[in-house]
Amino acid sequence: MSAAKSKSTRPRVKITRRRIIAAALLLLGIFIWLEATQLDPGLVTTLTFESTSLGETPTVGVLPLPTSAYLLMVGALFIVSGGINLLELAGRWRRVSLGLLVLCGALFIPTIIIAAAAGNDTNVTTIVAESLRLATPLAIGAFAGIWCERAGVVNIAIEGMMLFAACFGFVTLFFLRGTDLPLETAQLLAVVIGLLSGGLIALLHGWLSITFRTDQIVSGTVINILAVGITSFVRREYLLSTEAGAAKLGNISLPILSDIPIIGEAIFTNQPIFFMMFVMLAFTHLVMFHTRWGLRTRAVGEHPHAADTLGINVNRTRWINVFVSGMIAGLAGAWFSLEATGSFNDGMTRGAGFIALAAMIFGKWTPLGAFGAALLFGFSDSLGIRLQMVGVGFPVQFLQMVPYAVTLVVLAGFIGRASPPKAVGQPYVKE
Amino acid sequence: MSAALEVRGITKRFPGVLANDNISLTLEKGQVLGLLGENGAGKSTLMNMIYGLYKPDAGEILVNGQAVEISGPKDAISLGIGMVHQHFQLVDVLSVTENVMLGNERTRGPFLRRSLARREIEALSREYGLDVNPDALVRDLPVGVQQRVEIIKALYRQADILILDEPTAVLTPQEARGLFKIMRALLDRGVSIIFISHKLKEVLEICDQVVVLRRGKVAGTADPRQSTEQSLASLMVGRDVILEVDKDSATPGDEILGVFDLHVHDDRGLPAVEGLNFGLRRGEILGVAGVQGNGQTELVDALTGMRAVDSGRIVIKGQDMTSASPRQITERGVGHVPEDRQRDGLVASFTVMHNLVLSTYYRSDFCDWIVVDDRAIATNAHELVERYDVRPPIINNAAGGLSGGNQQKVIIAREFSRDVDLLIASQPTRGLDVGSIEFIHRQIIRMRDAGAAILLVSSELEEVLSLADRVAVMFEGHIIDILPIAEADRDTVGLRMAGITETAQPA
Repeated sequence: MSAAKSKSTRPRVKITRRRIIAAALLLLGIFIWLEATQLDPGLVTTLTFESTSLGETPTVGVLPLPTSAYLLMVGALFIVSGGINLLELAGRWRRVSLGLLVLCGALFIPTIIIAAAAGNDTNVTTIVAESLRLATPLAIGAFAGIWCERAGVVNIAIEGMMLFAACFGFVTLFFLRGTDLPLETAQLLAVVIGLLSGGLIALLHGWLSITFRTDQIVSGTVINILAVGITSFVRREYLLSTEAGAAKLGNISLPILSDIPIIGEAIFTNQPIFFMMFVMLAFTHLVMFHTRWGLRTRAVGEHPHAADTLGINVNRTRWINVFVSGMIAGLAGAWFSLEATGSFNDGMTRGAGFIALAAMIFGKWTPLGAFGAALLFGFSDSLGIRLQMVGVGFPVQFLQMVPYAVTLVVLAGFIGRASPPKAVGQPYVKE
Repeated sequence: MSAALEVRGITKRFPGVLANDNISLTLEKGQVLGLLGENGAGKSTLMNMIYGLYKPDAGEILVNGQAVEISGPKDAISLGIGMVHQHFQLVDVLSVTENVMLGNERTRGPFLRRSLARREIEALSREYGLDVNPDALVRDLPVGVQQRVEIIKALYRQADILILDEPTAVLTPQEARGLFKIMRALLDRGVSIIFISHKLKEVLEICDQVVVLRRGKVAGTADPRQSTEQSLASLMVGRDVILEVDKDSATPGDEILGVFDLHVHDDRGLPAVEGLNFGLRRGEILGVAGVQGNGQTELVDALTGMRAVDSGRIVIKGQDMTSASPRQITERGVGHVPEDRQRDGLVASFTVMHNLVLSTYYRSDFCDWIVVDDRAIATNAHELVERYDVRPPIINNAAGGLSGGNQQKVIIAREFSRDVDLLIASQPTRGLDVGSIEFIHRQIIRMRDAGAAILLVSSELEEVLSLADRVAVMFEGHIIDILPIAEADRDTVGLRMAGITETAQPA
């Protein structure tokens, strides 16, 4: 037996999370290095920190960086820490290599900005503010998804709910313009109608998927298709014949906060739905994790039968959550027509509902995680817009892709398998 | 003094089945009422009616002498009835505290007061010796502790009538003894308990009164002080049952299975099997005893090709099968009765006849090039259903609709009817009634006597001791000891299961 024993052990390199990240880092480092050597060494990226993008107020901070040297340095750092982490050293070195990993992670986004703006000035404040602004519908949409899915009902209809809300919110505003209501009141009413139309469509989703136990994906798809048809019909009938444009929701300045230098003006003087994103973040987090309703919702989404044996009405809980989800999605929809553009166009939500769903999943069904994921996607959007404005030495599409690629690596490596609420998608049938 | 709970003439009909037929029973205050019966005898149906999950078609329920209407679990809870279900009703991603308070939350303003519930759990835990950490996540807890969480849930709601639905089915003998201690503490404080079980020994040990159900009717009541296991078993099944396994001593032949320095990891990537070495010969049964979660599952997975081996070798009939696929292992003459019969043993939505050929459908007997020969499959099924006594013997029924015992018979029929040299049976009788257990044990002995090598993994110590020719005890991924059956008594093996060996003995 001992002879067999000695033969049996064959060394194997185990593929671990850390090794996946390390390998990705190594490849990225090599790529950055190679690209950086192609750059003109004289190029300088100037990071500025201005309070507005208009450039009327004086620049507060300027940080010039030699692009090529910076990238060579970062590339080298990535290669080194990728290599060290591939080895999976133990003991004291383990902490050093993990520290390097975190440092590399923190450098990702600044590096993208610096590489993208090679040879130019770029205003960091604007990028941050713009990322947050573009993240608004994604984050709010993701919260809508959390409300629904935490209770065990799949909601792929966020896109459709948003579109309905964008349309009917705007139609409300459009018709109220003719009356002598003050603009603010009309806008408020429009947003409220947006919320309610989202909620109403959610009731259809609840009716199909809770009462009739239709497959929840099918029900959601039906709503998405319905939304495209009905909203474009409404637009053609009522909006097309006229000059359909309306004032966007006005800016609000938060006292004290908006006086903070550099970021105050750019972030804390903003439109109402933007601020609602933070309100909804706090609200969703508190309700889900610190109230009776949240506890029951999570129980119903995970193990409805257990909740039932404790006297909790599973389907009632689901109905209410689906309705709230629809209203939150309605808020995200109102952002498109009332806050961002002041008009309504066919299919103007452009798949944001699905990206919101992705943000929810990346955030592992938690409000904070979903918010972080939405910010990453918002950043990617804003980067795309900026790259189209400044000419860059890198392929634009590649840089736009980077945040998504980073998300994938982070998901595969750090976070691991996302586990949805266990009962999601399953109608509850009492025995 | 009126009884804690009385049930009079309860009848419940499901489509096509009379689940409960005019059942009456009485639970006296501060006593344990044992409820015995085979699978499908109507025990759980009756309890679910008392707990308000089903509505009886006829009959009445009295709590403390008062006729009551129980239309949902909420009513039952407010009447002081608590139930520990056979399948725990716990949300495993929530903490113990959250599970206990769910549905009965204390709040300040809109916010949960977790600390209040936590203190109450700690108090209950101390009072009854339950030993539960209120902040642990339920999914991280072993089954025995999860059960105590269920008991706390009932006590937190001030239950004084506690229904325990097959509480010992998932416990080790040690854990079961712990549960009995807790039950006695509850009785001392005036709680009345209904105890549902298959295990006759336990019923005799703990109960004050026993009611036996058979096919939805009360078959009889018994006083445990004047009953024997034999008499209860006959009452339950309606005929005489042979409880002792009757077998000759083994005549081991050549080695079929060899395991050398096997290392396997579990789902979380932690080492679960650490350096196992053992051999198994033709015509013998090696029983693997041990508390669940000591690497048995991973060992079986590795042997059947369902889990990657980290290092070491598995040799079957002289050929290295270390990283072979399940199909290659099956083709090598290995039969597998998996631990989780519903997940790994059957395709619940397939018919009985198709489930019977899951490991052979591709062979020329049942398959003509690419066309499956349903007629041959049906013939095969008719024969096996009769030989293995699957009830009802309808081969076009979905396998998922059969009772647990009959599902297991389908698996046994499939695996035993092939040409098998090595049989790996994991928890083959878990959750089954005495009639089915008797049948399955006889089949295993028959296979051994026909010359197969059998690896029997079971957390039922009784089962291992009555079937095995040698007993291997697993503890924390190691085989602590392999004893010939003559030296393996309950106490010796029990100590090994807790990881204790006589270190004083000279090597």
